[in-house]
Formats: sequence, C-alpha cells, structure tokens
Amino acid sequence: MIFANVLSQLPIALPAISYKAVAPELVLFGGALLILLVSATVGKRELPGLYRAIALVAALAEGGFSGYQLYLAQGAKASLAVAGAIAYDGFSAFAGIVVAAILLLAILIGPGFIKRIAGDGPEFLVLMLISAMGATVMAQGEDLIVIFIGLEILSIALYVMVGYRIGDGLAREAAFKYFILGGFSSAIFLYGIALVYGATGTTNLAKIGAFLALNVLTHDGVLLFGLALLLLGFGFKVSAVPFHLWSPDVYQGAPTSVTGYMAAMAKVGAFAALIRVFDIAFAGQIVQWRPIVVGLAILSMVFGALFALRQRELKKILAYSSINHAGFILLGVYAGTAAAISNTLFYLIAYAVIVVGTFGLVSIVQDSIGVSEGSCSLDQLRGLARSRPALATVTAIMVLAQAGAPFTTGFLAKFSIIVSVVEIREYWVAVVAMLSAAIAVAFYLRIVLAMFRGEPEEVEGERVLAIQGAATEAPARRQALAWIGVSLSLVFTVGFGIFPQPLLDLAARAHIVG
Amino acid sequence: MGAVGFVVLFPLLGFLVLLTFGRRLGDPVAGWLGTLAVFGSFVSAIVVWLARLGNEGHPYVLRLFDWFSAGGLHVNVSFRVDGLSVAMILFVTGVATLIHLYSIGYMKGDPLYHQFFVYLNLFVFSMVVLVTANTLPLAFLGWEGVGACSYWLISFWFERPTAASAGKKAFIVNRIGDTGFLLGTFLVFEHLGSVSFSRLTAGSLNLSPDTATAIVLLFFLAAAGKSAQLPLFTWLLDAMEGPTPVSALIHAATMVTAGVYLMARLSPILALAHTADLVIAIVGVATAFVAAMAATAQTDIKKIVAYSTVSQLGYMMLGIGTGAYTAAIFLMITHAFYKALIFLGSGSVIHSLNGEQNIRRMGALKKYMPITTVTMILAWLSIAGVPPFSGFFSKGAVLENAFGDSPLLWAAGVITALLTAYYMGRLVYVVFYGTPRFEEVTHGHDPHESPSVMTIPLIVLAAAAVIGGLLNLPVSGFGFLGSWLAPVFGTAQAAYPMSAGLKDGLMATDAVVALLGVFLSWRAWGGVSENPALERKIFFNGWYIDAFYDRAFARTGTAVAEVADTVVDRQIVDGAVTGVAGVARLVGGAGRKVQSGLVRSYLLIMVGGLIVMLGYVLTVAAR
Repeated sequence: MIFANVLSQLPIALPAISYKAVAPELVLFGGALLILLVSATVGKRELPGLYRAIALVAALAEGGFSGYQLYLAQGAKASLAVAGAIAYDGFSAFAGIVVAAILLLAILIGPGFIKRIAGDGPEFLVLMLISAMGATVMAQGEDLIVIFIGLEILSIALYVMVGYRIGDGLAREAAFKYFILGGFSSAIFLYGIALVYGATGTTNLAKIGAFLALNVLTHDGVLLFGLALLLLGFGFKVSAVPFHLWSPDVYQGAPTSVTGYMAAMAKVGAFAALIRVFDIAFAGQIVQWRPIVVGLAILSMVFGALFALRQRELKKILAYSSINHAGFILLGVYAGTAAAISNTLFYLIAYAVIVVGTFGLVSIVQDSIGVSEGSCSLDQLRGLARSRPALATVTAIMVLAQAGAPFTTGFLAKFSIIVSVVEIREYWVAVVAMLSAAIAVAFYLRIVLAMFRGEPEEVEGERVLAIQGAATEAPARRQALAWIGVSLSLVFTVGFGIFPQPLLDLAARAHIVG
Repeated sequence: MGAVGFVVLFPLLGFLVLLTFGRRLGDPVAGWLGTLAVFGSFVSAIVVWLARLGNEGHPYVLRLFDWFSAGGLHVNVSFRVDGLSVAMILFVTGVATLIHLYSIGYMKGDPLYHQFFVYLNLFVFSMVVLVTANTLPLAFLGWEGVGACSYWLISFWFERPTAASAGKKAFIVNRIGDTGFLLGTFLVFEHLGSVSFSRLTAGSLNLSPDTATAIVLLFFLAAAGKSAQLPLFTWLLDAMEGPTPVSALIHAATMVTAGVYLMARLSPILALAHTADLVIAIVGVATAFVAAMAATAQTDIKKIVAYSTVSQLGYMMLGIGTGAYTAAIFLMITHAFYKALIFLGSGSVIHSLNGEQNIRRMGALKKYMPITTVTMILAWLSIAGVPPFSGFFSKGAVLENAFGDSPLLWAAGVITALLTAYYMGRLVYVVFYGTPRFEEVTHGHDPHESPSVMTIPLIVLAAAAVIGGLLNLPVSGFGFLGSWLAPVFGTAQAAYPMSAGLKDGLMATDAVVALLGVFLSWRAWGGVSENPALERKIFFNGWYIDAFYDRAFARTGTAVAEVADTVVDRQIVDGAVTGVAGVARLVGGAGRKVQSGLVRSYLLIMVGGLIVMLGYVLTVAAR
C-alpha cells in the first residue's frame, strides 16, 4: 500500500495493473526468484528436492490460475488489461494451461538427467520457469512490443539451456549457432514491428485492428513488408521451412530433456502470438498473407517428412518430425476460422505433451544404453524391445502418436486440422497435408522397427552391461521421476485419444478477446 | 433396474479374465469361470426382471457416458430396460448358462479349451449389448461383436479347411446384411434426427410410408443376413462346422434371432410400412418352406437341425411381417429352448460316436443313451407343435395371426408345420430306433451316455421346452408374455378380430397337422434308415441355391480378384509406391547436403526465403 502510495506521487503515469490477468506470469517469475533466493541463503549446500518442489508448485499454480481464467474470462468478461498491452481471455488461458502441462512434465523428466551434466544447482529450474514466463507473455501479449519482450525472455533462457552440456563441442556449437541465428531473426522481427508501426501508427494489436477496419491503405506495401518480416521471426521460432535450419543441429546438441522442453515451449509461445497477430489483428489482410503462410506450411510439412527419411540419428529425425508438426499447426493459422483456432490449440496441447514425453523417453533410452545425450542412432536402438520391453513399447506408442495413430491425441490433432482446411474448401492443401502425414509415417515406423527388430549386437551388449554395472543404482533413481512424467504424458495422449470430448470442449472455450 | 449394468458387466469381466489368465487356469477351471460369469449375468437379469414387475409401462434407460458426437449426432452408451429387452436378456443369459455348462464336458481335452470360453463369454457380452442397447450404433457394436464371435467360433477348428472357409462364408454373407444396417441407420438419422430407440415410439413418428418402407427393407436386409433368411441363409448350413455347443448357442438359440429382435425393436417403423411388412412375411414363409423341404433329405444330423433352424426363423419373420411381434418373440423363446435342446442332444450323440455326424451310421441309440433319447423326443414333439408342448402354443400364435393377415400365408405355414413334424420324426427314428449301424465308428465299443455336465442342461432345457407354453397361454389372464410386451409394441402390434370358434378351429387344425406329421414319419421311417424315394437329390443339395451362388458370385469374384492382384496391384499400385519412395529418398538425400552445419549457409537460405516472401509481397501490394 505504502509502496503504491509512493508510486502514485511520482510524476510518471502508471497504468492500472490487473493482477489477476498477469497472475500466471507472476507465479512463474515468483517461483524462479524464490528458488534463487533459497539457494542464495543456504550457502554451499544444494537442495535439489526443494528447488524442484518449488518449481512444481509454481507450475501447478500457473496452471491453476490459467484454468481459473479459462472459466472466468468468457464472453464479456474477457478484456484487455494493463493499459491494453495484455489480453485476458480464454485463448491465453488455454495457452497457459499448455505451458503448465509442459512445465509439469519437463520438471519431472529433466533435472534427473541434467544433474549428470551440471550437478544439483538451481539454475536449470530457474531458466525453465523464466522461459515459460516468456511463453505466457507471448500468449497474452496484445502489443507487438510485449510479444517481442516475451519472445526474448523465452529465447534467451533457451539459448542458455541449449548450451548446458558445455563440455561437449557439438553442444557449444549448437548453442552458439542458435544464438546467432536467433539474434538475426529477432532483429528482423523488430524491423517488422517498426514497419507495421510505420503503416498503422501503433503497435497495439487492438488499435491496429481498429485502424485497419476503419481505413483503407492505398499503399499497403509497408504494412505487408512488415508482415513478411514478422513471419520470418515467428517462422524461425517454430522452425518452419526455410527458417528451420538451426533446429536439427540444436535438437541434437542440446541435452535431450531440454530439446523436448524447447520444442514444445517455443512452439506454444510463438504459435499463440502468431494466431493473435495474424488471425485477429491482421484478419483483414488474410488474402495477402495467406499464400505466404500456406507456402511455409507446405514446405515445412513436405520437407520435414522427406528430410527425416534419410536420417539415422534419432534426435535429428525427431527434429524434422517437429518441423513437420509445425507445418500442420501453420495450416490451422492459415485456415484462421474460430473452429480452426480451437483445433490449433488442441493440436498444440496434444503435440506439446507428446513431444515432451517422447524426448523424455529418448533420455531414458540414452541413459539405459549408455550413450551421451548428444547422440543416439537408430542402430543403437536395435534389440531394445528384447532388453527393455516396457521402455520400447511406451516409446513405440508415443512415436506412433506423433505419426497420428488412431486412439491417440495425435490422430485427432491431425484430423481436426485437416477438417479445418477442408472447411475453407482448400482441398488440395488438405491432400498435401495427408500425403505428408503418410510419408511421415514411414520414418516414425523406422524408429519403431529399429527397436523391435533384431538382437542387440554382441559387442554392444557387453558394453551396455559394463556401463549399467558401473553406474550402480543411480540410473534407476534418476529415471524414477522421469518415468512418472513419461507415464503422465502417455496417459494423457491415449486417454484423451479415446475420450477426447473434455479436451475438445476446453479448447472450444478458448475464445480470443475482441 | 441399474442391475442391467451387471448383466453386461459379468460376461465382459469373464472375457477379460479368461483372456488374461485363461491359459493358466486351463481345463476345466476356465470353463467353470466362464459359466459362472454368464450365470452371474443371468442372476442380474432376474434381478432386473423382478425390479420391473409392477411398473412395466415405462422404459428405464441406464446412461453410462457419451460415446461420440458429431454435428447433430449424439451417441451415448446407454442401455434400455423394457419388456422386450428384459425378455431377451432373460432367455439369452439363461440358455447361455446351460450351454456353457454343457461345453465344460463337450470341449474337454481340446487344446484350445480356454480360448473357446474366451470367445463364448465375448459372444454373450456382445449379444447382451445388442439386445439392451438404446441406440442404433451401440446395437450395431453388439451386432458386429456377435458376428465376429460367430466367425471365430465357426472356424474354431481352423486346421480343417472346411471350417476355415465356412467361417469366411458366414463373415462375408453377414457383411452384405450389415450394409443394410448401416444405410438404415443413416436413413433413420436423416429423417428422425436421432439414432436413439427412445425416439422410436409407436404412433409418434412422422415418416412418409415410402421412407418407412426404405428403412424397413434396409434393416430387413441386415436381419435376413443375421437370421438366415432367403436369399442369404446358405452360411448357416456351413456354420455347422463349428463345435456343437456353438451351433446350439449362436446358430440356433440366440445370435440368429438377432434379426428378429431387430425387426421387433423397430416395430413402430414397421407399422408404417405395409408393403415392406408383406415382403417380410412372404420371405419368412418362403424361407420356412424351402428350408423344411431341404431338411427332409439331409443325412448329416447337424444339417437337418440347421435347416430346421432356418425354417423356424422363417416362421418368426412371418410373425414379424404380419405384425404379430409378441407371437414372434414367443416363438423365439420357445424355439431357443427346444432347438438348443435338439442341438445339444445331437452333440451328445456325436460326442458318444467319436464325432460321427451321418445318421446312416447311427441307429438304435435309445438303448445306450436313454436321457438323450427321451429329451430329444420331447424336443421333437415341441417343435412339431403337438399339444400341449410349447411349440404348439408359439407356432399356433404365429399361424393364427398369419391367417388374420392372409389365408395364403397361413396355408403355406401349415404345410411347413406338417413337414417340420415329419423331418424331425425322421431324425428321431433313424438315429434312436431301428438297427445299430455304428460299429464302423465305435470299433466294437458300445456308445455311452454323456457325463452329467452335459445331460443336466438337456434335462433343464427339456423341461423348459415342454412347459414353455405357459409363458403365453391363449387364455385370458394367462397371456403373461403378451401383457409384458404390450407396452413395448403398443399400437404397432396388429390385432385381427376373430371369432372364438375360428380360433378354436385354427388351433385344432394345428394339432391335427402336427399329429399327422408324427404319424407320417412313423409310417415312413419306423425301422427304415434309407429311402431314396423320400430323399430327393434336389432337396439334399438345398435346392442348389448354394451351388448357384458359387457359380454366379464366388467364382467370378475370384477371377476379378486375380486380375486385380496381377495387373492392378503388382504393376500399377506397387509401381507407384516404389516411385514415390524413390523420389522421397532423393529429396531426403538432398536435405542432408543443405544441412551443412555452417551458420553462413543457414543465413543465406533464410535470407533467400525472406527475399521470396518480400518478392511476393511486392507483387500483391497495392501501388
């Protein structure tokens, strides 16, 4: 109160801050600060269990607030907050739930494996919470500048997380590459904001929408140039072809649990912002931007699927798979109808849970067969079904869910996106999407076949035994929590694959304000 | 009445437990467990029935959960408790319990013993779902479930090529009917906006007669497949390749009556479609006659009984077609008793003669198998319609209504009744009387009566077959089944005004005809085991209907399939697939070159992409 009184005396006009609107960001950031504070006060000792508990509570609280918002911010209750810079609506609330789900799984899966690389320090969880906050800011951003800030909060934390295996040359290279290319795309994104401002006189999405509704631009070149530059920024973040080149290298170089986390989190943040900017603020320009988006989508779907075919490195295959997924999600943006947006959200939550779970499984596989987090070729998976049947079966289910097998959320996600495209009568796009999904099945099946075919090679087998013997009981303990996370994602994927209605209903509530 | 959930749950649990642990439980624990599960279902059915006594008027619906919804279509998993479904679950689970019990003895020593009970429990589950479902899609699930179990059980001894191909035939013929079920469901949804049976109540439907006719004929196609009516009945004969308890349970007592049940369930629509009703009645009576004629000349004991089943199903359809739903259900229930009994009795004979099914190699079994003989004779008198056995009342009710509709239908039905009494008499005389002709198959040993797990079901079923008529006596105040089902069928049920004298006359005719048939069979077959004059080849071959299908459809179909395999599949489809795979590999290889790992080339490609986008923007920007 006193603080507020002091602030009100200052000669700066502060906007009214709606704390319930920014609650998700506050708990995430608060959680991160609390972990840092605890670790600073306890001296040299580390309390990994406590850090993890705090992070879990923060993630759950963020999910709770988002869920509360999803029920609260309906219809007329949805509004803009903090001087119109932040949206408070069902859409951002749903994105917040997705963020919470990713965090929850990643906190369960990740730290056990990170500990092997970097010990028990609090930094990893702090970076995770902060990057998640960046994603929620992007999802709520109603102003291009706010979105940009969210993007940077998300990205900078991710750059550090990617470089966590500092001892490995490949990892250092990947982090540095990601940083340089990310910086390049951020700069272009910022230039895009400037051009949009030049064309419309504002960076606020609501005002841009209002301006474009009232005025007809006789020369819309500047605006469209700006949109193209924004698309490059978003396209880089979601790894859409041809801005995807960083992702195979970075996916491989990063610690596996970070790969899963960033594949999910970066896409949620970037797609949420992309939808808000293009499907709402620039809805009037849809005729002009649609061809670009569909071009990116098709390139991503087709090349994502084709490039993966010749790969033998598991994490690179999954990188191309996530490029293929990005293409599908872009189709939802491209369709742009209310139903398509809710289908896109369904795809996002289905994809996020599957991808975090899949990479969690890859971590467990790498840990079990005793290879570093940087590599795992299909040959090394041989005979996994024989030596670790449960692990191989669960991995197969998650990989097939990515391929879109029925009775998983993966199937419904792809199906509903294709339905959205058919509903706007772009049949050829739907056909291309289905063909790309069919090609993608081929490389997903290669992973499954690799695990289920053949014996482990003799020499390999001895090596595995030697390593497992040396590591004593440590793998079991670091895998225990990871297994909980993986099981949760499996239950989610198959459970909602069979009974999707509650999740579909939830996604259908996620309206965008305005 | 929520106990209906348990009626469905018990066989499902039995199925799951046997599926998981069946192999370990083995012979005979797996069999007892399966029997217990179905018995639990039967007890639950009795509880449901008791709970309904006194408030028969209103159907009760147990809604479990939403299954799926799309557009205006909402399908939930819900079970309907009304007079019809209670009658169905009572007799289905009751007969199924007895047949499970019988199978414990009959399947003893089979290497796939536990597997048999897995299928049997799954069958009972599907059947119960089918008859209690409150929506057409859920009923279809049960419909397909019983079809799948039927397929698995017909080809249970799959190492015999005939069993494997018989299973396939049943499956394919039933697919033809299922098309009708699906198309009918679509039509119902289009015109009523709902697929729930709750919407189908008599008198409240606004369907044009043409629409109603189309719906009824489509569903009748499904029913004709499942209930083995002309022209789709041929699969039921081959289905006898399955173990005999399967023939008794699935291909006589329960599954094949599903078509009759379905038509009865749709009675509100049938009441609007008079042309379709006439078609059903004619097909029914024609099936009854054609099959009865074929039954007179068979030498395989199970073929005789199978043709008899087809014939009796024809009677039920005659009842449906003439609007006598109660009579049709009454006949269905009593038929379940005596036909299951006949099958199990035949099984008992086959069992004791080391698998022999040819009646020429039987004879004089009366001496060795007293219980089987007595129960078979009781079953014969029941199916023949000799008063006061159950068949007299149930068949009499169907024929009475047929007379009300058209004396021609009635006349055909009465001739068939004469044939029925005759061919079953032939079976009894040739198998149980006359001279022993079984030395070849028993190698000198005497045949033996079956163990008590097999004879107890015979005795229980025989009692039911004898007194089953009590369910619905044509005396006012004793028409229990009629008053029980009245709220279900309501105004859909046809009412033919008849004088008491006419009714008595019709009943007397039935009795006389039945006794005449018994007499004729005694004259012709008492002491005789072979008489070519009475066993015409055309009837032995089932009027050559199956042979005609084989020439006309099966062989041409095979020829088309061969062309499709060699030309279309190998050259066109495979060629296309190989081509696509080649292109994919080529592009994939190029992708690895693009992925050089150099930041400068990555940036170059990104900028290239940006330039293309900007170039596009320049072309569309308004200047």
